[in-house]
Parts: sequence; C-alpha cells; structure tokens
Amino acid sequence: MIDKIARSVAEALADVPDGATVLIGGFGTAGIPGELIDGLIAQGAKDLTVVNNNAGNGDTGLAALLKAGRVRKIVCSFPRQADSHVFDALYRSGKLELELVPQGNLAERIRAAGAGIGAFFCPTGYGTELAGDRETRVIDGKPYVLEYPIHGDVALIKAERGDRWGNLTYRKAARNFGPVMAMAAKKTIATVHEIVELGAMDPENIVTPGIFVHRVVQIERVATQAGGFKEAA
Amino acid sequence: MTTGNYQRRTKDQLAARVARDIFDGAVVNLGIGQPTLVANHLPAGREVILHSENGILGMGPAPAAGEEDFDLINAGKQPVTLLPGGAYFHHADSFAMMRGGHLDICVLGAFQVSATGDLANWSTGEPGAIPAVGGAMDLAIGARQTWVMMDLLTKKGQSKIVEKCSYPLTGIGCVKRVYADLATLECTPQGLRLIDAVEGLSREALEELVGLPVAA
Repeated sequence: MIDKIARSVAEALADVPDGATVLIGGFGTAGIPGELIDGLIAQGAKDLTVVNNNAGNGDTGLAALLKAGRVRKIVCSFPRQADSHVFDALYRSGKLELELVPQGNLAERIRAAGAGIGAFFCPTGYGTELAGDRETRVIDGKPYVLEYPIHGDVALIKAERGDRWGNLTYRKAARNFGPVMAMAAKKTIATVHEIVELGAMDPENIVTPGIFVHRVVQIERVATQAGGFKEAA
Repeated sequence: MTTGNYQRRTKDQLAARVARDIFDGAVVNLGIGQPTLVANHLPAGREVILHSENGILGMGPAPAAGEEDFDLINAGKQPVTLLPGGAYFHHADSFAMMRGGHLDICVLGAFQVSATGDLANWSTGEPGAIPAVGGAMDLAIGARQTWVMMDLLTKKGQSKIVEKCSYPLTGIGCVKRVYADLATLECTPQGLRLIDAVEGLSREALEELVGLPVAA
C-alpha cells in the first residue's frame, strides 16, 4: 500500500542531511510552510542551501533558521525587506552567501530541474550584472542567457488538501512556488490542512499529482499575516 | 508644486494619465509602489485584467477592513481580492505569461531610463547596499509594452531620463514610454519623442530639463 502520510513534522523531516539544498515555498507570507521550517530548526541539519523567493521576515520561520546558523547560502529574488534584519546582518558580516536570481528565472530554473531540462536560454537579465559570465546566444534576432536548473534535495511546501498518494491542491495565491518546487526535489514534503480519502479530490482539479510528493503532514490552520515589505523602486 | 510657469502632475493626475492609455481588454501588471495607483483611475466601462506576479489574473481591489485573506495578496504583499473570472496559477506559469509575450502592458517605477529605453530600476549600485531584484527584470523585458511612471527629475533636479544609465541595468531597450510628472515621452531606437507635456512646458524647455533632444 502506498501511504505518504507522515504522523508528524519530525517524522517527515527525519532524514534531511547536512549540506542539503532545501527548496522552501512561499511568497510574502502566503504559502510559507512555517511548521516545516520550525521542524527543520529542531531537526538540526546544517550547512544548508536554501532556495526561497525571499530571505526571511522578522525573527521567525526562515529568519529563525538563518539566525540559528544552519544556512550557508541562500538563492532568492528579493532578500531586502523592511523586516529582513536577520538576513541583512548575516549577509553584511559575510556569514551567508547570496545568489540573487530574477524571480521568473528562479521559478523556471526550478521547473527545469523538475522537467529534466539540462539548461535553457532565457531573455531575462540579458545585458545586466545578474547574467554574470554565463553563455549568451542570439536566437531569431533576440538575445538570451543560458540558465541552469536548480535541483533540490528536499522541498518544503504548504498546500491545502492532500491524500495518501500525495495529490495536492492549494489555496489562492499560496500556490506560488509550491507546484514547481514539488517537481524539483528528490524528496518533497507538503503540509496540508486537510487529508482526504483517495478519490475525494476531483481529479480534474488536482494541481500537484502525487508522483511529485513524498510526504504529506497535516497541520492546524492558523491565520497568516502579510509580511513587511520595502518598495523596490 | 509650481516650477516656473507650469505645474507638475500630482501622483493621482499621473496615475490617471497612465490609465487613460490602457485600452479596453488589456492584461496589465502594475508594479509595486506608485504604479499600483493606476488601478484607481481606470476609466469606467473599460474592462482591464490585472495580473499579479505571485499567481493571480483578475486581481480586484483591496478588501474591506476585517475581510483580509493573507493567502490572497499582491506582489507588494498587501491583501487584495479576486474578481469573478479571475484565476490562480503557479509561479512558472505566471512568469511564462510575461516572458511569453502574453501580458499587454506593465507599468514600473524607475531610477533611470535611457532615451532608447534602457531601464535601471532595481539597484542604485551603492557599495554595501543589499541587492533585491524580484520580478523587475522579467517584467521589463517580458511585457509587450513596458511603461515607466516616475518623476522626471531627481530631488536634486537631475534628469532621470539619461543618454546612458549609470545605475545597474534592469533591461536593454525595453521601455516604450515614460509617464513623468512633467511630460509623457516615447523611447525609440532613435531617441526620445514627445507625446505630451504639462501646460506651459514647451518642447524646448523640456529638452533643456532632460539635456537630450526630444523629437516632436
């Protein structure tokens, strides 16, 4: 029998190794798997590379993981926010490596990993300092930069509903990076607010098919709040 | 504020000026900050679909106090609503909508725009500053038309429209129009072209402020 339901966050996270690349879903505070991040802090894995759109807010969640000194490198699009003081201090003191990636490239590089793409030519960032010294090519008169996939050892995502085969649906804009991160990791762990019987989810509406999911953990529904934010330009 | 014998467009007047050019049926992404004001000024009877990079099409206005749902936020992390007909999707699809040329217009803020449409809006390049780019580069080169909304001059009176950007670039030749407090300009491979200026500001006076030729 296939049963991907884990009885606890701790059980789901038990074998995250030191040095792992951890993809963490969420945008702002929508879709952040807070319970799994707290679980990862308790689990103790260190020397991690974290891939997330942001670099933590306030002193909880991802910011707490950073503060605990478990993260070596962060790959994200928008680290600087009104309340990203934990990241800011670690970055400024050279204790945390940053790979800054345009948000769409972040999503597509993760998707490419999940889809088995070796690399792809992308127009975003051409001629900017974020293109680095990567190969460029003009295709049909338009310039592109070669972008490589971002593979995860583990993905931590927040979904709404799941079943024992790992099928998932999400809630509103909390979907964000969840579906692509689920595809891109060797082991994907999803929290859900509701676990249902096989067949109870409308197959037409399953967003992430269970093939991309390895552990499903049920958590309590708690109200989330919008995160602090500093305008870019 | 009066400058010489002409008046700057207020932020709301500027937002209304941008909104006037958004056509019926357009799919539009309004950048964080000043561009979000444009949504308040879309003319009645014009149906426009707003896109939010975090996976929303058909984004509606802010909810009433007490009705906020923090799973439904915009790119600036503020609570929003969904209009009937709206849809949710994941991040890779959201950015495919930009890069794939499906988005009609995006409106962004800027530090600098070059006469030929290069954009600098993500970093001032100051040493020690923490960089953050978000979706700015994807939007700038992805939308069919990228419009910039900004003050024409810095607080020190220097033109933000320049011959060549000195700040780090967001995209090359991607800005089609600049909606500024003093004028609306088109960026072309040949340089700037005047669309309109505030009353009392001549093309010649505008050229003097910008320090670059502005074609009629």
